[in-house]
Parts: sequence; structure tokens; C-alpha cells
Amino acid sequence: MAKSKKLPAGRREFLKSVVAGAATLAAPAEALPAQPVEERVSRAMPVLPPLVESDPPAEAEVLNLDRSGSDFMVDVIKSLGIEYVCSVAGSSFRALHESVINYGGNKDPEFITCCHEESSVAMGHGYAKIEGKPLCVFAHGTVGLQHAAMAIYNAYCDRVPVYIVIGNNLDATMRDSAYGEWPHSVQDAAAMVRDFVKWDDAPMSLQHFAESAVRAYKIAMTPPMAPVLLVADSELQENPIAADAALHVPKLTLATPPQGDSGSVAEAARLLVQAQNPLIVVDRCARTQKGIDLLVELAETLQAGVIDQAGRMNFPTRHPLNQSSRRGAAVASADVIMGLEATDFWSALNTMHDQVRRTSRPIMKPDAKLISITAGDLYTKANYQDFYRYAGVDLAMAADAEATLPALLEETRRLITTDRKRALQDRGAKLAAAHDHALEQARTDATYAWDASPVSTGRLCTEVWNQIKDEDWSLVSILRHFSWWPLRLWPFDKYYQYLGTQGGGGIGYNAPASVGAALANKKHGRFSVSIQDDGDLMFAPLVLWTAAHHRIPLLSVMHNNRAYHEELMHVQRMADRHNRGVDRATIGTTFEDPKMDFAKLAQSMGVYAEGPITDPNELAPALRRAIAVVKRGEPALVDVVTQPR
Amino acid sequence: MKTFRGYFSPAIMALAVTLCFCSSRVSVLIAAQESKPSDTPAGNAENGKRIFNKIGCYQCHGHEGQGSVMTGPRIAPDPVPFEVLAGYVRKPTGEMPPYTAKVVSDQELADIYAFLQSRPHPPTAKNIPGLK
Repeated sequence: MAKSKKLPAGRREFLKSVVAGAATLAAPAEALPAQPVEERVSRAMPVLPPLVESDPPAEAEVLNLDRSGSDFMVDVIKSLGIEYVCSVAGSSFRALHESVINYGGNKDPEFITCCHEESSVAMGHGYAKIEGKPLCVFAHGTVGLQHAAMAIYNAYCDRVPVYIVIGNNLDATMRDSAYGEWPHSVQDAAAMVRDFVKWDDAPMSLQHFAESAVRAYKIAMTPPMAPVLLVADSELQENPIAADAALHVPKLTLATPPQGDSGSVAEAARLLVQAQNPLIVVDRCARTQKGIDLLVELAETLQAGVIDQAGRMNFPTRHPLNQSSRRGAAVASADVIMGLEATDFWSALNTMHDQVRRTSRPIMKPDAKLISITAGDLYTKANYQDFYRYAGVDLAMAADAEATLPALLEETRRLITTDRKRALQDRGAKLAAAHDHALEQARTDATYAWDASPVSTGRLCTEVWNQIKDEDWSLVSILRHFSWWPLRLWPFDKYYQYLGTQGGGGIGYNAPASVGAALANKKHGRFSVSIQDDGDLMFAPLVLWTAAHHRIPLLSVMHNNRAYHEELMHVQRMADRHNRGVDRATIGTTFEDPKMDFAKLAQSMGVYAEGPITDPNELAPALRRAIAVVKRGEPALVDVVTQPR
Repeated sequence: MKTFRGYFSPAIMALAVTLCFCSSRVSVLIAAQESKPSDTPAGNAENGKRIFNKIGCYQCHGHEGQGSVMTGPRIAPDPVPFEVLAGYVRKPTGEMPPYTAKVVSDQELADIYAFLQSRPHPPTAKNIPGLK
């Protein structure tokens, strides 16, 4: 429990005292005859330090505070176990900033210097997927939050908690134009992002802040997890703690994730055990290693295939029941399909044809039974459409899938007879053979264009693997643009080895989220590696400086195809559709003139870097040199000019 | 700001995988070593390489025609018979957009075909560390 101290004056009184002193000592009284008090306050503030140092006025005791509201706010933040604050410094939270680094000792949380608020939040996004809890982001309530908005949206769509505290100057009479505080103030600061944060509040007192801060953390961490936002008013931060304040930090008790009800779990188990070809579709099912292990147990108990939509590390890639590389065939043959946190279940079961008139068709059997377990059914907003197309299912559990797995596993085991087990083993053998065939196919696919320049993505993936396979590695980047090679070729079996996607598809996620994930991996001694898209890095290159400054070990290997390649294909498709020639689709979509030099870019931020590498035979030595730097505890980047996908 | 819908949505990924591994309509485009048509028109491989890149074939199939599970199947080396490839280019039935004669002529298609035929065979996976 925080204790308040008796202080001589509030901030308003403090400022008035300063005005009196400043007016007396620094300016003739007649120089300010018609100015209102507030305006004189504004002009007096910048000259405060020399006055204090040279000739303290009689009211000097009010120029210093033992404790301000921001100290108590830091007490609250510390109570939540938050390790880091990612932030671009800003005047609207200057007191919080100072309280973190001085009062709080700059430890738990430690202030991480960022160069863009979008990167601050994206770092929190990547960090949370490794650490299983949020870090804190400080930002201006206006311009900072505007910068941060897209990254918040990504985290929201990806169901990832980020704990955001923004500064604001709600009291108009206390805003200083000299500091730009009018345009940095807003009536309802959270309004801009309210559609894609799970909860927000603007506390009016320190106790209100404490209770809302703990409530916000609890809400962020209750599945479906999502960002939350608190407004920390600058007056509340900077005013002294009232003499009669009876402040305390409320107890934090996280809510137990909701489990499916026993009746529905029993029915799901019955359907799965009786099925000829049950299939499990997972997207963001596993939050922890336990979640992966439970899913493996369930799949093995049922000898059911698993399709991983790769929103998280859900299921080991080398497990014989992993059928992710043959999704179409697996779905088409299934008679019971269970989606576990399958955010876009519909798309696992149907295809859409992107031609002049879009059409879709189901790929599942018309009479296949569908089961859904997702906490997404507990929380849906209307405006942004990240809930995807509606999948009509036969059994829907509005529950957290990982929390429901133990009961489902137990019920499934109870229903399987000895005879049934033998039949299931036959099914499992066929699935294992299909898995092995897909793996061999992936290995063969990777050999094509092996010696090509630009470097093939299959070659790049293989060369990286050869260098990191003996490390406790964590692949912290997205893989959508990389033909999913690592998931097809590498043996993933730990929850921190793959983090999924950016959620909302916003570019500018990969670089900062990778740095944030590497920050989380650092204390565990893991080797973080990122396949970094060129277009994405150009959205957030300054995060490289943050990685260098804070000695965050991360190997970034550029997938530099010198294009917004997805958009290039879209424009090409439109040009084809309109039959106007296709040789100008590169306008607005490629980076060929001039070519970006990512090694120099990284070096300018203090990051060890090599490249651009165009000869695949030069790749392995460059990776070895970069890895040596990372193992010393620093970031390194290898720029590789690559094939498009 | 870049958009998300398209090639990399789960829907399209599912389709891409489906196309590559399951669809008979498109699997004909996956290169087949046994296909050796006798009526393949003469083509200029060097010009074919230029056209292949100019009109954007590389975008989905890679500069070497190696393909990607995300965007388009492998089409080299050892491409399918010319008439199959040419017919599909004009009237595709999968995700590939159509290429009319206005965009790529029959002779240019023949040149592209010669380029695809000229692509080297890869090493075998069993001889590559990391792919064994």
C-alpha cells in the first residue's frame, strides 16, 4: 500500500507561487500590467531553473515535492508486474516518465526509448506473445496515440494485451501554449481507438487511477485478450499527493479463463470419437506450452489430423498428425471439424475466387458437423470487421479453447473403447504417411532455384536453419510473405518458437514486434531470429536504434524483394483484368530506383549489418558473423536480396 | 496503408494450398518431367526471360519459375506441354488472372516456354544440409 506524504501546496498553488517569485525577481512589475495570471504562468515557466538555482524566493519550499501523483501511479504499475515501459518521451506524461526512471529506479518497469509510438505498441505486441503478459506504453493522448493507432489495431485483432497509458491536459486553465499543450489536449482521449481497445478509462483521482489500472490489467488478460488504455491526466500526475489521501493499490486477481460447459464438452467429445475422419482446426488456440501439450494429447487420443492456421505456435510442425500442408484434402475428407480459437473458421472450410465476380464454394462435406470453441464468441464489436465471415456451426462453445482442453481430453478418453483405439491407430498411420509425404515435398520444393540470384526464399530459410538449429531459437517474425517456409521445414515444438501474425495486417509490425519479442526472450537466454520484410522495415526502421541502444539481441535476416510485393500482385491482377497491359504494375509498388541499402540503414542506427547479399553462396558466412554479434548480446542484420516469395 | 485482403488472407492461403496439392484444374501447371511434347513452337529463351519478368510472371512463380505455395505453382524446369500452358494462360480456371494475346503474344508465350525449359535442374534435397 502506498503512503501519502503531507505536502505544502497543490500544483496550482505551486505555480502561483512561482509566478509571484518570477515576477518579482525577473521582470519589472510594470512589464506585465494587463496579463492574466495564467498567461504569466506560461511565460514564467521556462525561466524557472535559473531562478531556483540562483536566488530562491521565500516560497522556495513549494518548488519541490517529495511525492507527486505520478509516483503513486508508478506504485500501481509496479504492482502489476510490468517489466517495461516502451515510449517516445512526451510532455503530457513527463511526470510519469520521471517517476519511472527516478522514483521507480528504472526497473520493473524499465523505460525503453522508442522513436515512434507505433513501434512502442508493436514492441508490446511481440513482447506479450512471448512473455504472456503486457508491457506498458506511454504516449501523448493526441499525437502519440494517433501514431500508435495502427499498432493498437493489430494487437486488438491479434487478441494480444498491451497496457497503454496516455497523458492528457484535461483542465483547460492549466494548459501551456508554450509547450503545445492545447493541441495536445483532448476531451475524450480514448475515443479515437475505442473501437479497438477492450476497455479504457480516464480516472479523476489517484484512487480512481489505481482501481482502473488494476481493472484494466485484469480485463486485458482475460481471454479474449486485447489492448486496454488509461488516460493519466497531467494534473493528476503532477499534483502532490493530498495530505489526507488514503491511497491503496487494489489486489489483482486474474479471472479464470472461461471453460466450455460440461454438457457441450461431452457432446463435442461424442461427435469427435464417433467420427470417421475428425479434424481439428486451430489458429490462436495455445497461449502456453501447456496448451500445445494438451492439443497434442487430444489429437493423439483421437488420432485426428490438425490444421494449424498459424495464428500462434499451436501444434508441433513435425508431429505426424500435423496436416497443415494438405489443408484442402484434410478438410474435404473430414466429417467432424472442430475449430479451436479459429478466428476465421469459415475460410478454413471454404474458398473464395478472386475474379471479376467473386465466388466462393465450400470444400468441406455438406453434412460435416462443425464444432467451435472460442472466446471470440464472448466479445465482438461492430465497427471494425475483424470477426470474419460467419461460420454456421452445429455446436458452439463461447469459451477459451486452451482452458477447455483438459475437460475435453478427459471426456474423449472416457469414450474411446479398446476396439475404437485400434481403428484410430489405422487412421493415424495414414495421416502420418500423408504428413511425411508433405514434408518430403516441402524439402524438394526448397531445392528449386537453389543457386538463383536473387536468393530463393527456400534457400534463405535453409541457410538460416543450418546456422541456428543448435540454439534455443525463437522465430519472432511473421511468415506470410515468406511462403511459410520455416513452418514447412523446421521442427517447431515450443510455444515461443513462433508467434503468429500481426492480426490486423498493418505493415510496420514485423520489425518492432520482433524487437519486442527479442526483448522478452533476452532474459530467458533464447536466440531470437526474424525474417524481416523490406517494405515493413521501411515503416519502422528506427526500432533498430532501440534494439541497439538497449542491447537487445536479435538476428534480422532481410527478405528484401524490393517491392510491396503483395500490392504489386494486386495491381497486376487489376491490369490483367482490364486488359491494359501489365508492364506498369511496378509503378507505386517497387523499390528499384534507388535500391534501398538496409545494411547501411542498420549501421546508421548502431546495428551490426552486412549486405546486400545477392549470391546465395555468400549467405552462410555472413549469417555466422552476424550470429556471433547476436550471441554477444547485440542486434545484427543481414540484408539478402531475395526472390519475391 | 497497405491492405490485408488478398493473397495472404487465410482464405487465399487455403486456396493456394488447395490449388497446389489438390486441384486437378491447376495441378496441370505443375511442371512434369515426363511431359515431352513434340509440337512445341520454337522460342527464344533469352527473350522469354525478358518477357517473363516484364509482364510479371515472376511475381507469383518466381524468377526461375520455382513457384510458391502462397502465390502460384512451380512451372520450371520441365514445364507442362506448351499447349497446356498456353491454354491455361489464356483461360485460367484458378486464381491466376487471364493473359490475352494483347498482353502476351503467341510468339512471346513460345519464348517464355523456351525460357522455362532452359531452367537448370536443382540439386537433390538429400545432398543439401538442412534438407536431409
